[in-house]
Amino acid sequence: MIAAKEPSARRDAARMLVLDARARNFKDFTVSDLPNLLCPGDLLVVNDAATLPASLTSRTSSGASVEIRLVRYLGGSDWRAVLMGAGDWRTPTELRDPPENVAVGTVLAIGDAFSAEIISVSAESERLVNLSFSRTGAEMWNGIYAYGKPIQYSYLKHDLAAWSVQTAYASRPWAVEMPSAGRPLSWQILLELKRRGVRIARLTHAAGISATGDEDLDAALPFAERFEIPEETVKAIEATHARGGRVIAVGTTVVRAIEGAAREHNAHVTAGAGETDLVIDRKFGLRIVDGILTGVHDPAQSHFRLLRAFADETTLRRAWRHATDEGYLCHEFGDLCLILAEHG
Amino acid sequence: MNIRNAAVLITGGSRGLGRALAKALASQGARVVLVARGQEELNEAVADIEREGGEAYGIVADIADKNAIYTIAGEAAALVGPIDILIQNASTLGPVPLQLLLDTDCEDFERALQVNLVGPFRLAKAIAGSMALRETGLVLSITSDASVEAYSRWGAYSVSKAALDHLTRIFAAELDDTGVRFINVDPGDMDTRMHAEAIPDADPSTLGRPEDAAARIVEIIRRSDQIRNGARLTAAQMEVLR
Repeated sequence: MIAAKEPSARRDAARMLVLDARARNFKDFTVSDLPNLLCPGDLLVVNDAATLPASLTSRTSSGASVEIRLVRYLGGSDWRAVLMGAGDWRTPTELRDPPENVAVGTVLAIGDAFSAEIISVSAESERLVNLSFSRTGAEMWNGIYAYGKPIQYSYLKHDLAAWSVQTAYASRPWAVEMPSAGRPLSWQILLELKRRGVRIARLTHAAGISATGDEDLDAALPFAERFEIPEETVKAIEATHARGGRVIAVGTTVVRAIEGAAREHNAHVTAGAGETDLVIDRKFGLRIVDGILTGVHDPAQSHFRLLRAFADETTLRRAWRHATDEGYLCHEFGDLCLILAEHG
Repeated sequence: MNIRNAAVLITGGSRGLGRALAKALASQGARVVLVARGQEELNEAVADIEREGGEAYGIVADIADKNAIYTIAGEAAALVGPIDILIQNASTLGPVPLQLLLDTDCEDFERALQVNLVGPFRLAKAIAGSMALRETGLVLSITSDASVEAYSRWGAYSVSKAALDHLTRIFAAELDDTGVRFINVDPGDMDTRMHAEAIPDADPSTLGRPEDAAARIVEIIRRSDQIRNGARLTAAQMEVLR
């Protein structure tokens, strides 16, 4: 399948393949058709995390170039991060070398009075570290935003700007990579959904890094990620199911947050902050989510395994082949797939 | 709109009305983020609020810089959480001494539009979506009587403020029923640096104090749920409850 090589000029230009898992069929639409495809009483749950400029270019004292990709905020000035050696985003992540001579105590100079010191190195990989920025509080955020860029993708034509990686409803910058399934949702679509009686709820999920450059680490992705579910979203989910509506998750992060919260609390979603390392695959019994709006994922991707919780392998593969034949675009800025689960 | 614990973002927050508003809102328990171009004045404004026990943060940025918008929105939300109240206060007069339109450089005219109109549009675009999702929020834009009166020599400023008024009205029309409110407020003539630049020979004793206008605007914010969406108010109309 062809990758979308740049963000589309119109947010809601994406095509959308709609897969009915119960009927085992699928049909072509565009994302603008979403209001016609959902029913009054359905609930769309979005991830409102804004995307951080999580890639920072730095140098060691010997002058070696190191790219810091923030993975997770640990509190104070501390972050977990993945480090890449020389090169830039035009080289595929899996081909980027590990950083040279990085150990506990190494100081990575980023910019004017802004640096990061390695405070621990993971036993799993020398690329995965905890670091502490030289600034704290507002000054730390000033530094990250002044020197950081969005994490880039080697298949893109141009550098990604900060505005290209935000959804139309983004708020707190928790995501290190864009919760991309929500990007094509324009306010034209969202307001039309509301007008037709589809409710829209939110949660915040710290969408994580998609590639580390280390094969073993990549196999362990996604890392545990934090989320927060507001009370009104819990109520909206309960009210939706009580009235026979469907809960549609926008993106895999929303599925992981909701189902992760439900797993922790006896199949009931509860409000508040949490963390999930949930792996969802064909064996996973979805308790809450009845459908997913997601990118078009090929069978080799980990996201495809998650989709097996929604639909059978044969239908998913047929749908993917159809999407490929029809020229659907994949990856962060690509087209969408709406999967309505068998049980939904 | 509840001010206690509200997350507030104020552009042009380091002096004049913006600084007075930030201080007034922080004194009532709001968590305020101030945006301004000058680091030193901004630090002073933040320190001033902190000295009085308020919570304040500063972001050095130029609202006219396209690349600064997501920095402002992202940093502010990282510091105080989703923004409840956005106050679009930063503005420029354009060329001073004020000039006839026929004598105004096109670049100066464009700069006034960037600061007074395009920047506020970009910032509202970056922030009001999250308000609409949460079904609550207020975008309050500071306007001027120059937005409705055609004063000679106020061309660049006047045109930009008239367009800002209409920007507010259109946002209000499009997002009506979402819970997000858009309001314009004319604070009246105040004894500020901007006023002195515009009318150097004005008698300061005839001008209002920014602190008084700020108190009235805080009252407008407090009562914003009862104000028609898209309304244009003058601060002088508002009685301050004490």
